[in-house]
Order: sequence, then structure tokens, then C-alpha cells
Amino acid sequence: MQRIGVFVCWCGSNIAGTVDVKAVAEALSHEPGVVFSTDYQYMCSQAGQDMIKASVAEHHLTGIVVCSCSPRMHEATFRKTATAAGLNPYMVEIANIREQCSWVHKDMPIGTEKAIILGKAAVAKVHLNAPLTPGESPVTKRALVIGGGIAGIQTALDIADAGFKVDIVEKKPTIGGKMAQLDKTFPTLDCAACILTPKMVDVAQHENVRIFSYSEVSEVKGFVGNFDVTIKKHARFVKEDLCTGCGACVDKCPMKKVPNEFNLGMDNRPAIYIPFAQAVPKVATIDPAHCNMLKNGKCGLCARVCTAGAIDYTQQDEYVQEKYGAIVVATGFNPISMDKFDEFAYNQSKDVITSLEFERLTNAAGPTAGKLLRPSDGAHPHTLVFVQCVGSRCTACAEKGKEYCSKICCMYTAKHAMLVRDKYPDVDVYVFYIDVRTPGKNFDEFYRRAVEEYGVKYIKGTVGKVVPENGVLKVQASDLLNNKQLHIDADMVVLAAAIEPDRSARPLATMLTASMDTNDFFTEAHPKLRPVESPTAGVFLSGACQGPKDIPETVSQAGAAASKVIGLLAKDKLMGNPCVASSNEAMCNGCSSCANVCPYGAITYEDKEFRMPDRTVALRRVAKVNPAVCQGCGCCTVACPSGAMDLNGFKNDQILAEVDAICK
Amino acid sequence: MNNAQLRDEVIRISGVNPSKCMGCGKCSATCPAYDEMEFHPHQFVSMIKNGDLAPLLKSDSLFRCLSCFACVERCPRGVEPAKLIEAVRLQVIREKGANHLKPESVPAMVDEDLPGQLLVTAFRKYAK
Repeated sequence: MQRIGVFVCWCGSNIAGTVDVKAVAEALSHEPGVVFSTDYQYMCSQAGQDMIKASVAEHHLTGIVVCSCSPRMHEATFRKTATAAGLNPYMVEIANIREQCSWVHKDMPIGTEKAIILGKAAVAKVHLNAPLTPGESPVTKRALVIGGGIAGIQTALDIADAGFKVDIVEKKPTIGGKMAQLDKTFPTLDCAACILTPKMVDVAQHENVRIFSYSEVSEVKGFVGNFDVTIKKHARFVKEDLCTGCGACVDKCPMKKVPNEFNLGMDNRPAIYIPFAQAVPKVATIDPAHCNMLKNGKCGLCARVCTAGAIDYTQQDEYVQEKYGAIVVATGFNPISMDKFDEFAYNQSKDVITSLEFERLTNAAGPTAGKLLRPSDGAHPHTLVFVQCVGSRCTACAEKGKEYCSKICCMYTAKHAMLVRDKYPDVDVYVFYIDVRTPGKNFDEFYRRAVEEYGVKYIKGTVGKVVPENGVLKVQASDLLNNKQLHIDADMVVLAAAIEPDRSARPLATMLTASMDTNDFFTEAHPKLRPVESPTAGVFLSGACQGPKDIPETVSQAGAAASKVIGLLAKDKLMGNPCVASSNEAMCNGCSSCANVCPYGAITYEDKEFRMPDRTVALRRVAKVNPAVCQGCGCCTVACPSGAMDLNGFKNDQILAEVDAICK
Repeated sequence: MNNAQLRDEVIRISGVNPSKCMGCGKCSATCPAYDEMEFHPHQFVSMIKNGDLAPLLKSDSLFRCLSCFACVERCPRGVEPAKLIEAVRLQVIREKGANHLKPESVPAMVDEDLPGQLLVTAFRKYAK
């Protein structure tokens, strides 16, 4: 028989306001096995914990029930208290009488009755609790960063600087991500390349960093501290270690009409290419879809001009296996497709462009060398219309837009408008906005400068339609403040397209068993208190894969994710969770139901010899749980038809004892 | 009916929730009959939301709406302003009493400036 102590917490007035805590302590004192029952104002305080410790010693308690807040809040606290008092920490049960009782009830008698019932259930469970001991697992002191944009680069640099090995996997031929495509950055207008490329070089030259460019993660196994990852290195048909990045092959390649994705298809590149001058690694890549040599064996010019002998038309995709202790997701974002926005004539006119395309048009290294030229005919434009919230804050159609605010568009549009007016004061610039959202240091001042100093015409309202007609874009829009419908003849229209997570994020989340929201942004473990951790242990989040973010915020989050990784890798051993599944071999019939439902791949089968009642030996297939991989979700215990699978700490008889206590 | 009852009735008939409107003005930006109207589509939504219906009931704008549904198509919040306008129009007609259209009476009513689509909408709604 257990000797149980019950400790009812007031949580100030949080619980005591709706629950008669003295009545709860009194009622529970009559439960079988309860030898001590009391209440206290703040059980989690030092004084409260000291009282628990003293009671354990005085009453020789073997089990503890704390009636307080959710176990998510203070279960760990009270387990530590029990350990300090000499008890096994798993002899503590929490009855949640705050979130599930006092906070949801207004009526004191009802709240008190429910609190007593929840307390009785916890007491019933403690009777069946058994001491549990967590296992230990080693930590591989190497981190994997998936995505080589500014988020991934910053995370990798911070981890590497702390002395740990880091690998970056980037699916494009170069790291740099979206930031490498930008022109200037708000709110200071420093050039993106000038602040990004030094970091790209730093990360490439760091002794602790390896970069797998043109590569993807193809398989993830294992668990926190011990991930086994397979990285697929796409064949680039150029030997990375030999290529010097001289560009002779790029100059000589005869197939020069491939749309250049770095410039968003606004100009062309050869079939063998280096995405941009400061690419890291500065290595050429052959695009097999357009290379004549790879398609039909006719050409081979690049191999002839390459003095380093780096061209290898026979190169195959390569798979690399590596172990990691932690994984950081930094897969970033893309602008959404404008195909469904027929009203803006994006697919009808070259002069209707997205904001990211505008970044390339105004960039000195872009297709027009930074000159603002109308894409259709290269003429100097006189009237520009910027449209905000294209696809953002859109709840009407999930196929068309996104219901969230993309966060960065207000600021980059102010930047674009300002850059145009600065270089070309003769150009009329209109910005159509619903709201101008500028929460950020020096952000509103920046937007106001666009209006007050640069004379950008901000109009509250939206563009309804754009019709290309005789070489101009007929823009019909509303001006809500003046209650007018406007008709503007524009030379170019720039759409602030909503942003969405990169398409690679969803399959990656499946591989990592990391959760996502309905928009495919990775979910954080806690929206306020654990913003850079995924709920899956050992998986961390950096940058826009978690939600729309600007560069300052991304860099802060990247550093925060790195510090969490460093905290993990600094440990030599990780304590496991002892509340894992285990199978009773005598009852297991080897049906595989548990293995089929296990989301973590923790269950395997083995053939085992059993001595039968008639003294014969039978070979039977039975389930085996790897406790280091099991996360204790309990799916297998539900699926098991023979009742062989049980979850330590939440055994079937413990749960039923709780149900019985509630229904009694 | 007082203003609040009238508002609730219009919301009930139309099945539209004007509180979903975020005030972007895309309905008015897209409206081909904008210049014909005293009150514009975004004002309709706002006035109904606020229960400020008396000016709408008297306004000729009700019958200037072409029911082309461009505002319904393009509204990013799924507010469907044309359905709201139609509900107000219906309210006005109901208060006048039963006067469902008869096909033979239509030619005499046709106004050269009146778009045919409005007649089609009227038939769809009343010629039952």
C-alpha cells in the first residue's frame, strides 16, 4: 500500500477563486492510502516545495499528488522536488485543477466538486505508479542546417563559432538564398550583397562548416542527439574540387537561351552556369535539361575549354550518410504564383511584375544593370503603380491567396518606391495600400520618408483591375479616402505577392516528424516561450520557414536557434523519457499493428524462442520497442489487439483506475 | 423595422457577414458602375455593417448595381457585396408590396440605359 501525500495549490486566486481548496484537501484526505493532505498558496514556490519535502520525510510518503496547474507547467518542478526528497520522480501525479477546472468554471461548488474528482483520479493512479528510470543516449556533436539562405548561414556560423561541426545542405547550386537576389535592404538601405556575401565567404571558409550545395536531404532516421541523415548530392557534371570558377565554360557554352532563374526568368543564361558572380561555392553547374552534350552527345565545348579538367559528363547523383545531434530547418519562402490573379494581367503583360522581379530590375547586377527599364520595350517608364497585399490577407479562396499577412511587403514596397523616386524624380509612383504595417525599429519613420521626402503617392484603396491597352496599363483603382474611382495609365505595375513556405518544407516535415500549420509553416514548440524549437526534440527552426520574417528578425531567430543547438550539443549524454511503450512478449501475437501505426519507427520485430507448457520450444515473432526512439505517444497501445503493448507511466490499468475513480 | 432589425434582416436574406470586410476597397476598385452610384460598393458594406440603412433604401444606387458580381469574384475576404446590395434591393421591393414581374410587362419597363443583366437578375430573383 502506498503512503500518499496530497498537496492542493491555491495558485493565488487562480484556483482558490473558483475552487474551495480547503474542502478539496479535506475530501482527498479520506481517500484510501492518503496519509497527509494540505493546501498552500503557491505550491511551486520555494516554501511550498520545502513543505512537500518535509512532509515526505515526516509521513514517510511513497507517492505525491499535487492538485495545481497543468503538468505542462510544473510537472518537472514537482518531480525535481520529489527527487530531492528521496522519492522516484515518477511517483508524482499532477491533478490539473487550474486549466481544466478553475479557469473554465465560474461556479465555486461545481469547481470544487470537479477538483475533488480530478484529485481522486490522481490518487487512484499513484497507487499503481512504479518507479521509472530514464535511459541515457549519447549526443553526436555535429549539427545539420537545411537551407543556405541568410537564416541557415547565420545559424551555421553561430554554431561553428562555438566550436561544433556544422553541415549546410542547400538545394540550389549556391548558398545565399533570397537575400542574394535583393537590391537594398530596409530600413537602412544598405546593399544586400554587401552585407550578405562576406557572410557567405565566412561560412565557406570556416573550418567547422561543410557546405553541400545542389543537394537535398533524402532520408532522416533516429532521434534527438542521434539523427542518421542521407543527403542526396545532385550531379552537377562538374568536379567541385577541380573547378576554379573561371567562367571560361560559361562564356563558350553555345546554348545560351535558358531562362535565368536567379533573375526570375527576365534574362537568359547558358546551359552551364554560375548563378551569380559571388556564388559560394563558385563552381559551375550543368543544367542537364538544356545541355546538348548530355541530351544527345553533341557538343562537349565546355570540357574542351576547361583547363582544370573539371567537366565530367558521366557524373551521377551521390548519396552521403552522416550522423547529427541536432537539425535546424531553414528552408525559407517563395512568392506565391500570380497565375490566379487575372485581374492584374500578370500573365498578359511583361510590364506587370512581382516585387522580387522588381528587386532584380533595380539591382546593379540584374538584367538591366540596375536601370529602371520597362520590360516589354526597354523604355524609360513615367508612371509606376505598386499594389500591396496581392494574395495576402485573402480568405476568399485558398487556391488564390493566403489568409495571413506576409509582413515584409509594406516595408519593401516603401523601399522600392523610395529607390525609384531617388534615382528618377520624374517618375510618378503610386502605392495602393489597405493598411501600412510598419512595426519595427525605424520602420514607420522609413515609410513616412517615402511619403514626405520622396513624394510617393500613397493611396488607401486597392487596384481592381489592370488592362493592357495600346502599350500602356490601364489601372482602375479605388481611392477610399476621397471616395473616388481612379483611372491611371501606368507604364509598369508591381505586385507585392504574398509569400509562402518553400515547397520542400512539407516532405521535409514528414521526414523529421516535425509539425506544420495549415499554411505549411513549421510549428514552434511554444509560440511565445519556445519560438525556435520544433515540438520534435532535436529539431530547430530558423527564418521564414516558421512564419513570414524580415532580415533583422531572421538573423535574430537564426542566432537563437544556434544557441539552442549549442546547448544540446554541449551535453555528452541525453536523459531519455522513461514513459515509453513496452511489449509483453507472452501476449504479443506478432501482428504488426503497432509497427504500422508508430510515427517514429521505434518498433521492430524479432523471432524469439519460447518454452511452451508442453516443454516444446516454439519460435514466435514478437514486437520490440527501441526506448531511445519511442516518444511515448501511445498509438501502439491503442492499436494492439491483444493488449500486449503498454505505456510505462500511463499503463492501461492506471488509466482505467483513473476512469473508475472519476465515475465512482 | 428599426435600423438594427433592418440590418439583421438584410444580413439574413443575403447570407453575407459584412464584419468580414477589411476595408481594402477592391469591390469599388473593380465596379464598372462606380461612377453611376451615389453610394459605392464598399460604402454599402460599411453602411450595412453599421446599421446605417436609411440613406441606402432611398438611394438610386441600389438600381445602378449591374449585378455583374465582379466585386464578389475579386473580394479577398469573401464578403460578396453584390449579394448585400441585392438583399437591400429586395427589402425595398418587399416593402412596396407584392409586385413580382410579369414577362409581358417587361418591354414597357425597359430603359435604354438599363443594362440587360439587371433584368436577368431580377427575373432570377422574382419571376417564380
